[in-house]
Amino acid sequence: MSSSIVGQAVTRIDGRLKVTGQAAYGVEHRIQNVAHGVGVSSTIANGRIVRIDTSEAEKMPGVLAILHHGNFDRMYRPAGSLEEMSRPGESRPPFEDENVYYYGQFVALVIANTFEQAQDAASHVRVQYEAKRPFVRLEQVPAPNKSPDTQSSRGNAEAALQQGPVKLDATYVTPVETHNPMEMHGTIAAWEGDKLTLYETTQGVVNHHNVASQVLGMPPESIHIVSPFVGSGFGCKLFPWPHSWLAAAGARHVKRPVKVAVPRTLMFTTVGHRPLVQQHVRLAATQDGKLVAMMNDVLQHTSVVDEYLENCVDATSMLYSCPNVKAQQYEVPLNVGTPTPMRGPGRTPALFALESAMDELAIKLNMDPLELRLRNYAEKDESSGKPWSSKHLRDAYQKGAERFGWSKRNPKVGSMRKGNEILGWGMATCTWPCHAAGADVRVRLLSDGSAHASCATQDIGTGTYTVFAEIVSDKTGLPVEKVKVALGDSSLPPGPTSGGSAATASVVPAISKATENAIQAVIKAASKAPQGPFHGIDPKQLKMTQGRIHIVDKSPDSGVPFQEILASQHLVGLDGKATSGREHRSYPGDPGPEREKYSIHSFGAHFCEVAFDPEIVRLRVTRWLSVIDGGRIINQKTARNQILGAVVMGIGMGMLEETVYDPRTGHPINNNFADYMVAVNADVPEMECIFLDYPDTVLNEYGARGIGEIGLTGCASAITSATYHATGIRVRELPIRIEKLLASA
Amino acid sequence: MQAFQYKKANDVDGAIGAGSTAGLKFVAGGTTLIDLMKLNVERPTMVMDINSLPLTKIEKTADGGLRIGAMVRNSDLAHDLTVQKGYPVLSQALLSGASPQLRNMASTGGNLLQRTRCYYFRDTAYPCNKRNPGSGCSAIDGYNRIHAVLGTSEHCIATHPSDMAVAMVALEASVQVKGSNGERTVPLKDFYFVPGSTPNRENVLAPGELIMSVTLPRLADGTRSYYLKRRDRASYEFALASAAVVAQMQGRRFQRIRIALGGVGTKPWRSTEAETVLESHEASAQNFRKASEAALSGAKAMHDNAFKIELAKRTLVRALTVVTSAA
Repeated sequence: MSSSIVGQAVTRIDGRLKVTGQAAYGVEHRIQNVAHGVGVSSTIANGRIVRIDTSEAEKMPGVLAILHHGNFDRMYRPAGSLEEMSRPGESRPPFEDENVYYYGQFVALVIANTFEQAQDAASHVRVQYEAKRPFVRLEQVPAPNKSPDTQSSRGNAEAALQQGPVKLDATYVTPVETHNPMEMHGTIAAWEGDKLTLYETTQGVVNHHNVASQVLGMPPESIHIVSPFVGSGFGCKLFPWPHSWLAAAGARHVKRPVKVAVPRTLMFTTVGHRPLVQQHVRLAATQDGKLVAMMNDVLQHTSVVDEYLENCVDATSMLYSCPNVKAQQYEVPLNVGTPTPMRGPGRTPALFALESAMDELAIKLNMDPLELRLRNYAEKDESSGKPWSSKHLRDAYQKGAERFGWSKRNPKVGSMRKGNEILGWGMATCTWPCHAAGADVRVRLLSDGSAHASCATQDIGTGTYTVFAEIVSDKTGLPVEKVKVALGDSSLPPGPTSGGSAATASVVPAISKATENAIQAVIKAASKAPQGPFHGIDPKQLKMTQGRIHIVDKSPDSGVPFQEILASQHLVGLDGKATSGREHRSYPGDPGPEREKYSIHSFGAHFCEVAFDPEIVRLRVTRWLSVIDGGRIINQKTARNQILGAVVMGIGMGMLEETVYDPRTGHPINNNFADYMVAVNADVPEMECIFLDYPDTVLNEYGARGIGEIGLTGCASAITSATYHATGIRVRELPIRIEKLLASA
Repeated sequence: MQAFQYKKANDVDGAIGAGSTAGLKFVAGGTTLIDLMKLNVERPTMVMDINSLPLTKIEKTADGGLRIGAMVRNSDLAHDLTVQKGYPVLSQALLSGASPQLRNMASTGGNLLQRTRCYYFRDTAYPCNKRNPGSGCSAIDGYNRIHAVLGTSEHCIATHPSDMAVAMVALEASVQVKGSNGERTVPLKDFYFVPGSTPNRENVLAPGELIMSVTLPRLADGTRSYYLKRRDRASYEFALASAAVVAQMQGRRFQRIRIALGGVGTKPWRSTEAETVLESHEASAQNFRKASEAALSGAKAMHDNAFKIELAKRTLVRALTVVTSAA
């Protein structure tokens, strides 16, 4: 496979469409006669609507309809399950009743001929509320008095904690973060008779399809979801949100297609966020740095209407070798929209706490933080007792340390200087569990010499189109340019949600097998073709190389291009189909359920340098290295893009990002791109990413794992640890801010 | 956004003649006005486009200063060679503001008149004395990390957001305005009001008056200047604290010094207190700190912005250090 395209740096096959503006994103589809829906959103976070006065707005030019709970047919609540791919973002359908649970909840929808008319009329809808005090911060509500929402324990952590000679006890807080993909949410709904098409921007075409069927009370075959391009999601487009149903209902009401584009301000309220997570971490270790007890008491918020778990327990129990572990986590409902997974859910806040705690413990032990990790290296997954499918974290630490020059680190705070600035070096572990879901893929070899692969899964900007083309190219020997790929459409064979970094690992086996099946179909046709060169030859004696069918032990040059075989049979093309998934043996030698015997995770290490100018309290990240043990890399270019992009997000998480709710109103007050800070180009340093590239064949034939999320985990603690090294200030509540560093120097 | 009439001004007198029409707003680059119209904060019934007015020159004045037309774009001003050489503080301030796209649109006059970035001013769901006089200030008891510590009142604590104006105040710029009663010149330091009990009144412009130009006086040979801006991220953010320093040295002594602060005041904040500490005194770390203490002596912190006081002091100290150590 050394000459294979798989594993090389391949340019995205959809890149040209995107940079030339030809790729149609969600609300960019040109639909004839489309009307525009603009939401009226609540300006209270807790209470009820007393009255909605639409009289003035209704008379405004171009207004077609104003929908609200008082004139709206109730929708159905979705049964909702992740396993069945039918999970909603918010389970309460819009306009279900007069109750308001969070600021920025849709309370009415104005539909008009133009966007401007709808926008103007929406500002003239008068809503009268009966407001109750909102609860938007954990400290406003009593501690939960219930059993944990999730927990994990082994040994006796409480007792061991008492005995450990070196102890650490600290609380870490990660604030509310908002996903903020460039492309905002939006839906165009178009009815044709009783058939509905929803043009979406979604990370889960199939999931959206299933939930739509439940919420709208329609048979699945009457609904068509179209989402060919997605301007990223980071998790907030995993599950459908209320605006999609409003567009559908609005279009039915006005008997015209309706477009509802979610504005940036509502991206902060009604399409999910990462909840605030508070972790009380207690560690105990021997003098030589062996962990004897780990405890993590986790508190997080959710919404009043939905449960949502930002699972920090998992990581606590699997990351390190430790005989006594206890982790428990509670959800606390607040008057905020329903949280939803954001890149690296659970692990990202968990590793901020755990890796910060390890750094702090190393300082107490007077030990190098990397050495402390090695002394507590988990040789197996102690939370489940299973062996790792493939873990090369030690290798990642070592390669990273060498490349970064870690041995030159002087552990003394503030001791490393460069010009007027103090340098700080920090490191952290990163990890992400590997999942693979089911996928159906169809690959057709066509008589024009091309291949066509299709699946309902979607490319959220991560390079899934290109993964399809690469695998088909690898199996057929056709150049990537000869492979057309169709994704993001519910009429195609069902495919996985792009979430949990599972898409690549889910689709690769199915693409591979479907391509093999298509090749076999052509080979069979070749062996049956009466006048052909392979007539009567046992198909087992035939193979396809570089797009040519030939006898196994003869050179491809002796063979015939596959399209000639198709043409000779008057066939436009031949299909191969395949299904992958946990329940299926998806390729020869696939361990199938054997996989259940392993714990499958990716690992890696971040190394970070910050430079601190104490007099003006200016902290910058100046150097970054990530070493990733993420299975075999299918495309070096898009994979690198994922890791470096995640690190940029990590710089934002560490230093800038925080959604701030005004406690009086429950309003996310910094709900725009000027006031909600994400890292800009000028904040991004020289970055390097190394892939160890060990195939994990327990997972699939290629040994590929998803790498969309791992890059973000651990980033923030690498930064705060480096910051401590430079400044002597430990930031336990993100983001690091000027005011928190003022005390130094 | 409320529906409005749009007219294009063909000449200055035409613009001024129409200028006092009720509900009229001039639009230049539109980088503040259009945003605020979309938010229903600004609700003009007529918008007069002044982009074709011939106010785009940067020219030397008779006494060696520089006159900058009101319609000179921020990018053009920042990259003007005369400005870069003679008034580096202004070029630095401009380039630290906004983004290249915004600077390409934003005009000199419009930059002076940009409105505050206060969350509560920008959201009509909240009371705001600046937007709706007498309704109350939501920022005082709200989230006020980005708000002012100097020049505040019990009615308003919003900052003036401009970087450019801070540099211009330190350069002792003056503003030429023209209205139906003729032309007048206002020193920029007197152009802005502190909020007091009327935060809705932000500057001396009478209805219909139009900014024609900004004039920078000639600086004595050897004058040095510098702008330093502190914020959370490295670009595309309003100042949390900034300092503009224009200094003429005699050996190690300040012969003349002008200081203005940004991000901390309800208007671009000239600090004569700090100037007094330094003028005819030696450039030393101790004096810089003394000057910065003087500059912030009247500061009043709110719940979330106390750090700005110390940050502004340190920013000023650094700016003074840089300006006095330049080759």
